[in-house]
Amino acid sequence: MVLNESILGSPIGGFDITEIQQDFPILNSKVNSKPLVYLDNASTTQKPSVVLDALDHHYTTENANIHRGVHHLSQKATISYEKARECVGRFLNTSESGEIVFVRGTTEAINLIAHSFGRQQIGEGDEIIISHMEHHSNIVPWQVLCREKKAVLRVIPINSTGELVFDDYVNLLNSNTKIVSVSHVSNVLGTINPIREITARAHDVGAVVVIDGAQGVPHLEVDVTSIDCDFYTFSGHKFFGPTGIGVLYGKKKLLEEMPPWETGGSMISKVSLEEGTTYASIPAKFEAGTPSIAGAIGLAAAIDYVENLGLDVIEQYERNLLKYGEQLLSEIPGLRIFGQAKEKVGVISFALESIHPHDVGTILDTEGIAIRAGHHCAQPLMDYYKVPAMARASIAFYNSYMEMESLALSIEKVRRVFN
Amino acid sequence: MSELRELYQEIILDHNKNPRNFGPLASANRSREGYNPLCGDHLHVHLEICDGSLKAINFEGSGCAISKASASLMTSALKGKSIDEAEKIFADFHAMVTADISVPVDENKLGKMAIFAGVREFPMRVKCCTLAWHAMNSALIDDENIVSTE
Repeated sequence: MVLNESILGSPIGGFDITEIQQDFPILNSKVNSKPLVYLDNASTTQKPSVVLDALDHHYTTENANIHRGVHHLSQKATISYEKARECVGRFLNTSESGEIVFVRGTTEAINLIAHSFGRQQIGEGDEIIISHMEHHSNIVPWQVLCREKKAVLRVIPINSTGELVFDDYVNLLNSNTKIVSVSHVSNVLGTINPIREITARAHDVGAVVVIDGAQGVPHLEVDVTSIDCDFYTFSGHKFFGPTGIGVLYGKKKLLEEMPPWETGGSMISKVSLEEGTTYASIPAKFEAGTPSIAGAIGLAAAIDYVENLGLDVIEQYERNLLKYGEQLLSEIPGLRIFGQAKEKVGVISFALESIHPHDVGTILDTEGIAIRAGHHCAQPLMDYYKVPAMARASIAFYNSYMEMESLALSIEKVRRVFN
Repeated sequence: MSELRELYQEIILDHNKNPRNFGPLASANRSREGYNPLCGDHLHVHLEICDGSLKAINFEGSGCAISKASASLMTSALKGKSIDEAEKIFADFHAMVTADISVPVDENKLGKMAIFAGVREFPMRVKCCTLAWHAMNSALIDDENIVSTE
């Protein structure tokens, strides 16, 4: 296999993959005596040194609880934590950083919306729209809410290339539609959904729009003001940051009107055993207890790192890399790629003849290649394609063309073992 | 590659491709479902128990090569055995695949089943090769729950 210049397009200025890989210490490691080829980025991403250093710096120089101590360290930690919030707000282009709520991850963010906004606003006969390509974390919270409130869950169908059927979505919308919750990018198919148009149509009928951005933020520039969605969520660990930190963006007016979800310390204004309790204003109202302080600081370091590389450059490089990987894999006899949307990023999900994805995954692992095999927390999508599981190679900007070639060669090896 | 050879041996690949005693069993008087939802291995084990023996044993379903080959070899090993013998073989098999890698494998005791010793190199795959066995054992002791090894 030789690099195909026509696929690569013109070289991308200033994007040196060898140098970038040096920024991620774990990428220098070996697995089964082979250099690690990490292609499970849709599950979680690796962390650059600057993120690890930020965590280390926080714990060695400013570790303290926030928003309560008058002492020096507490003030330092508070400033760093709130700076991280400002950084995220700027990154998503919010009108003010108070619209950024720190949570554990996308799952918690969607649960927060369903429990707080959902329970307050949804009643019998109301309708909530999701899509057929959602992650379980954007299905189950809405199922639970619908069951509790006797509301109706509607599902936007997909077509065989893995795109939402937009006309069917428009037909689902009506005056009973209260929430539309869809993913920015599918974690299995890589499809980029037209979230601007989805949002505009939902707003026409007065519905509120939730975007699950877990797979969007790592690959695409996100401007929530321009998208005009009401909520946008993502996870730090899928964006080169630490685990245990995630982001809920919500429009100020909505967040202010929503009741608290978890309660306790930090989210109160005044607690009185006689007169009851009043709550803090946003975002503190939704951050009960001690948050992941180091997590937020680490996430901000990840954002700085990615912005420094340039999101537009990353996007262009990844599109070329994906195209190259898909071309190599599509040349392998008996290999079927799921998800061929015109607009896609990041993911190649595939089946190889009748070989079970777990066998593919185990054999690739012996070659040092990490992929995911399973239902990818998207069982309705497995049902749609009538497969019990898929193998998935998901890329990040630190993956190289050579790694795509290693993947293709190792898949050939799997075929040889089984034939 | 050496561990891989140990796991995906010819006999395992053969039983995956051409599973023995595969399909429904009309004479079955006990059946159990084994399902590992995380990986998607899903099978049914059917037993015809007659006078304290496994007169017939079949399985059907879908799964990875390890789960299918293990189920296939299990049916071959247990057909005609008494319930006591079947339980003993189950216990020996289970002990082998969950033992530490340093424990030598008693090939005399385990026969063809000894080839699954290679799975010990792949801890995430032990659940695959024990699924059919747990379903079989659950049918033997007449436990009514769906079996999962995840």
